[in-house]
Amino acid sequence: MNETHWRVTFEIFRQKTGQPCHFDEYVMDVDPDEYVLDVVERIWAYNDRSLTFRHACHHSTCGACGMRVNSVEKLSCITPIREVARNGGKVRVEPLRNFPVLSDLVVDMGAFYLRLDDAKFSQVASLKDACLPFERKQQVREDGSYERLVDCLECGMCISACPVALTTPEYLGPGVLAAAQHAFHQSRDTSLLDLVDDQDGVWRCHSAYECTAVCPSNVDPGWRIMDLRKNILRHQISKIFSRRGQSR
Amino acid sequence: MKNEPNSTNFLRWFDPRNRKLGTLAFILNRITALGLTLYLFMHLIVLGTLARGPEAYDSFIKLAKTPAILVGETLVIAAGIIHGLNGIRIALNSFGIGTRHQRLIFIGLMVVAAGCIAIFVKSMFFSH
Repeated sequence: MNETHWRVTFEIFRQKTGQPCHFDEYVMDVDPDEYVLDVVERIWAYNDRSLTFRHACHHSTCGACGMRVNSVEKLSCITPIREVARNGGKVRVEPLRNFPVLSDLVVDMGAFYLRLDDAKFSQVASLKDACLPFERKQQVREDGSYERLVDCLECGMCISACPVALTTPEYLGPGVLAAAQHAFHQSRDTSLLDLVDDQDGVWRCHSAYECTAVCPSNVDPGWRIMDLRKNILRHQISKIFSRRGQSR
Repeated sequence: MKNEPNSTNFLRWFDPRNRKLGTLAFILNRITALGLTLYLFMHLIVLGTLARGPEAYDSFIKLAKTPAILVGETLVIAAGIIHGLNGIRIALNSFGIGTRHQRLIFIGLMVVAAGCIAIFVKSMFFSH
């Protein structure tokens, strides 16, 4: 083995519906500069055709290949082996936390997607609105006619990393709250504030900011949750004053 | 091990492995909150000794000056300071203040907490 050929043991989480979970080990010869997903695919192709996992684009656009690599949420398609292992070492690959396991590394994200719909998640926004407010704005046309895909990949890694989501299935979760903030930022639709102003909404967050730490796409869900809190407080205070104004 | 959210997963709140500083803040907040709640109940029980007359109270005061109780009191003070200062960070963030610098704010506040705890330790154990 040399600098371009490593031998790494992959411990892959295995579980089929209704069966107990276990880990299978595969000793693989790898190039340290290839990605974790490449090796998982090779394990499927040459070692075990019953291994199931999700992937699509291979370049961090689809968000399908979110997994826990050595207990940290990663998009496996852009995680080089060199970053998570050493020659002769081990790499543990597990499904995302806080989602029911369907099969091996595949989790059921249906409830998450339905909640994104409730939060009026929009996959496309004008260039101006697609950025975080404190980011350097891209050059845009005066009429704002350029649009682009928003940063959120819907990968679910923020929910996997969130310690609060570990224990509360009703919690909307950072990804959904970030989507609601983004939609509110665009539309000023106060029904979105009503949706998230709940003990299982923004007030359930305990400021661990793990969502922001693992987000592969600059969404910064932690900042967005706090921005929602600020807007809820502002909205509630303005409602009090408008009621007083009406009663006079 | 359940992979989906479940209230029985709460022990995993306290696992800091492979997590960032925010989780450490979360864990500290949980532990100090539990400690302070436990202390509150103990404090109420102790106050109940007042109702049993001056002798019972005097014997408690004697017990309260033993090293074990002093260490316990130091832990209560440390928990109060850490929980309070971390609470300031969370409150500021909730008003949209310093959210992007929450790590630095946490480190700064914990340095302040360490200083305050050191002062209390000095006054409780070394000032006589």
